[in-house]
Amino acid sequence: MQDYQTQKPTVLEILNTHQAMPGNLLPILHGIQDTLGYIPPAAVVDIAKSLNLSQAEVHGVISFYHYFRETPPGEHTIRICRAESCQAMNGKALETHVKQQLGIDFHETTADGIFSLEPVYCLGNCACSPSITIDDEVMGRVTTEKFDRLLATYKGAK
Amino acid sequence: MTRVFISRDSTALSLGAEQVAKALEQQASSKGLSAEIVRNGSRGLFWLEPLVEVETSQGRVAYGPVQVEDVAPLLDAGLLDGKQHPLYLGNIEEIAYFKNQNRLTFARVGLTDPVNIDDYLAHDGYRGLKNALALQATEIVKQVTDSGLRGRGGAAFPTGIKWNTVLNAPADQKYIVCNADEGDSGTFSDRMIMEGDPFVLIEGMTIAGLAVGATQGYIYLRVEYPHAKIALNQAIEAAYKNGYLGENIQNSGKTFHLEVRSGAGAYICGEETSLLESLEGKRGLVRFKPPLPAIVGLFGKPTIVNNVISLASIPVILDKGGEYYKNYGMGRSRGTLPLQLAGNIKHPGLFEVAFGMTLRELLYDYGGGSASGRPIRAVQVGGPLGAYLHESQFDTPLDYEAFAAISAVLGHGGIVVHDDTVNMADMARYAMEFCVEESCGKCTPCRIGSTRGVEVIDRIVEGVQKDKNTVLLRDLCDTMTYGSLCAMGGMTPFPVLSALNHFPEDFGLQSAKA
Ligand SMILES: Cc1cc2nc3c(=O)[nH]c(=O)nc-3n(C[C@H](O)[C@H](O)[C@H](O)COP(=O)(O)O)c2cc1C
Ligand code: SF4
Ligand code: FES
Repeated sequence: MQDYQTQKPTVLEILNTHQAMPGNLLPILHGIQDTLGYIPPAAVVDIAKSLNLSQAEVHGVISFYHYFRETPPGEHTIRICRAESCQAMNGKALETHVKQQLGIDFHETTADGIFSLEPVYCLGNCACSPSITIDDEVMGRVTTEKFDRLLATYKGAK
Repeated sequence: MTRVFISRDSTALSLGAEQVAKALEQQASSKGLSAEIVRNGSRGLFWLEPLVEVETSQGRVAYGPVQVEDVAPLLDAGLLDGKQHPLYLGNIEEIAYFKNQNRLTFARVGLTDPVNIDDYLAHDGYRGLKNALALQATEIVKQVTDSGLRGRGGAAFPTGIKWNTVLNAPADQKYIVCNADEGDSGTFSDRMIMEGDPFVLIEGMTIAGLAVGATQGYIYLRVEYPHAKIALNQAIEAAYKNGYLGENIQNSGKTFHLEVRSGAGAYICGEETSLLESLEGKRGLVRFKPPLPAIVGLFGKPTIVNNVISLASIPVILDKGGEYYKNYGMGRSRGTLPLQLAGNIKHPGLFEVAFGMTLRELLYDYGGGSASGRPIRAVQVGGPLGAYLHESQFDTPLDYEAFAAISAVLGHGGIVVHDDTVNMADMARYAMEFCVEESCGKCTPCRIGSTRGVEVIDRIVEGVQKDKNTVLLRDLCDTMTYGSLCAMGGMTPFPVLSALNHFPEDFGLQSAKA
């Protein structure tokens, strides 16, 4: 894990640019996660100080939202939709297959650090279920074969 | 230069539209052909995406679904002149699925370049705002009231009444908040508007600002929609540049500012008070009502919270008048509802139509039956808190009251189809699990009750004291219905009980009626 001292300037800069914004906590957390990939637990002290909140309050917000994470993700994050429309199109079989192929469960990262796996509840791509995303890219009608091909290209691109 | 349209909609992209656009651009230029590629929204006929439309002397001609390997043969066949090819579809607007819709809110989606303001203006954009600028606030609200528009986000509350409350609430600052959290499975119409015609939402929010005297708006957008965020921000920037947002809008002396804020993956933040908490930078805990957000909303100020489709329906109402809009629909359900056909369906997509069509017509005449070719067994309408409908209920007209009469909801118009391989006890269990996962945790029936619900369903399915546990499940649903603060806990019994009542055999129970 990276040393927080090297990340601190980034965090302070993000806090600084959001100073005057009303309701700025979520935008700040997004800013940090977008740049560092996660919200380092040590950053909570600085966020709390800057917003005049207790550390418990800041931590409470981070833990309430599924999207925020306090550990570094793999190079690529795979999200699988678990909601009804995707279930209607064999989403569960895909889910089992993906876990098997990667050898990890939800909220875990592969040992080589390449892939993290997260569940998601609807990507708005229900017309072409089942759906997954790899990083910011949405893919539809994902069969197990299609997933294996995608995985190979992402591994190759590494 | 021939204009070629290829969608930038997420679903089109999820099927390879980006690669098709790139291939077309490269191959056309290497063949010395001149083509300008416009990235439009999607027409919503998703089984035909990636769709390529070409502007020719005979009008717009479509081809689809187009894969990268089809590009070279298509160009050779004379794509840019609209010539024949096995993927040739003719004018998309002549296909029954499209032709028989009533596209009021989605009129421009798929037709125009979503982030080009000149294109928006050329297709009747900002005519509603122009009219609104010439009206008194009360007259704007009256148009909305006259239209009969009810909130499209789920609860179907009359929009005019909400706006009137905010209009009459005295305050130094008011807000317009757009609920773009669209968390329901099977729904994507909010996303399609934001990606396919973001200006119509911006215009609707600006009109809302004028109507109640609010100068600041926020779009609370779920984080799962990165493409919508890009399109919205591009359109907002263009609106500011052209004097449609900011100070002194079109020299009227009126002000309206607009900003997009991202959610962070919590279904409950679609509930309006939880959304406001989230916008204020807190955990998304549901607030007690009253006070209504219309009186004490964002940062304690009077606030309109409306769904994307509700707000995007405002421009056509202000352009053509409340009466025009009201003339569509049936009973107390006026205007049109963009229905979203998803799950196991042959022709999935967006279908905007006046209230009153039956589910059966939609599923079979337009949807083409299931994608798997197997019989359709259960259809969930209105998202994860909506009831599962049984074949015997498919003739129910799509109308708020008709659905309420069969203990179902229309919600946001999402329709998820399951074929006969579905296990309805699994779906009921999933509904409870979803409530466990997404409950804000404020009240016991929802937080604890849903966990118990999962356990009780498991016991019924395992055959442990079936009858006793079935009674217990019904009791639990009762407690959740009447003891929950919001519809998360209060409506989870809809999918659970409808599954139990219509498909008892999947729970290993005997059917009550033969
Ligand atoms: C658990 C829950 C989730 C909701 N999710 C959404 C949503 O994603 N989008 C939405 O517009 N409304 C959602 N609603 C309804 C909103 O609370 C509110 O009624 C709506 O935003 C009002 O706008 P409208 O009057 O234009 O429909 C949800 C309600 C509940 C109880
Ligand atoms: S019903 Fe559930 S989600 Fe709604 S307020 Fe209560 S605990 Fe929160
Ligand atoms: S249910 Fe999976 S994308 Fe909507």
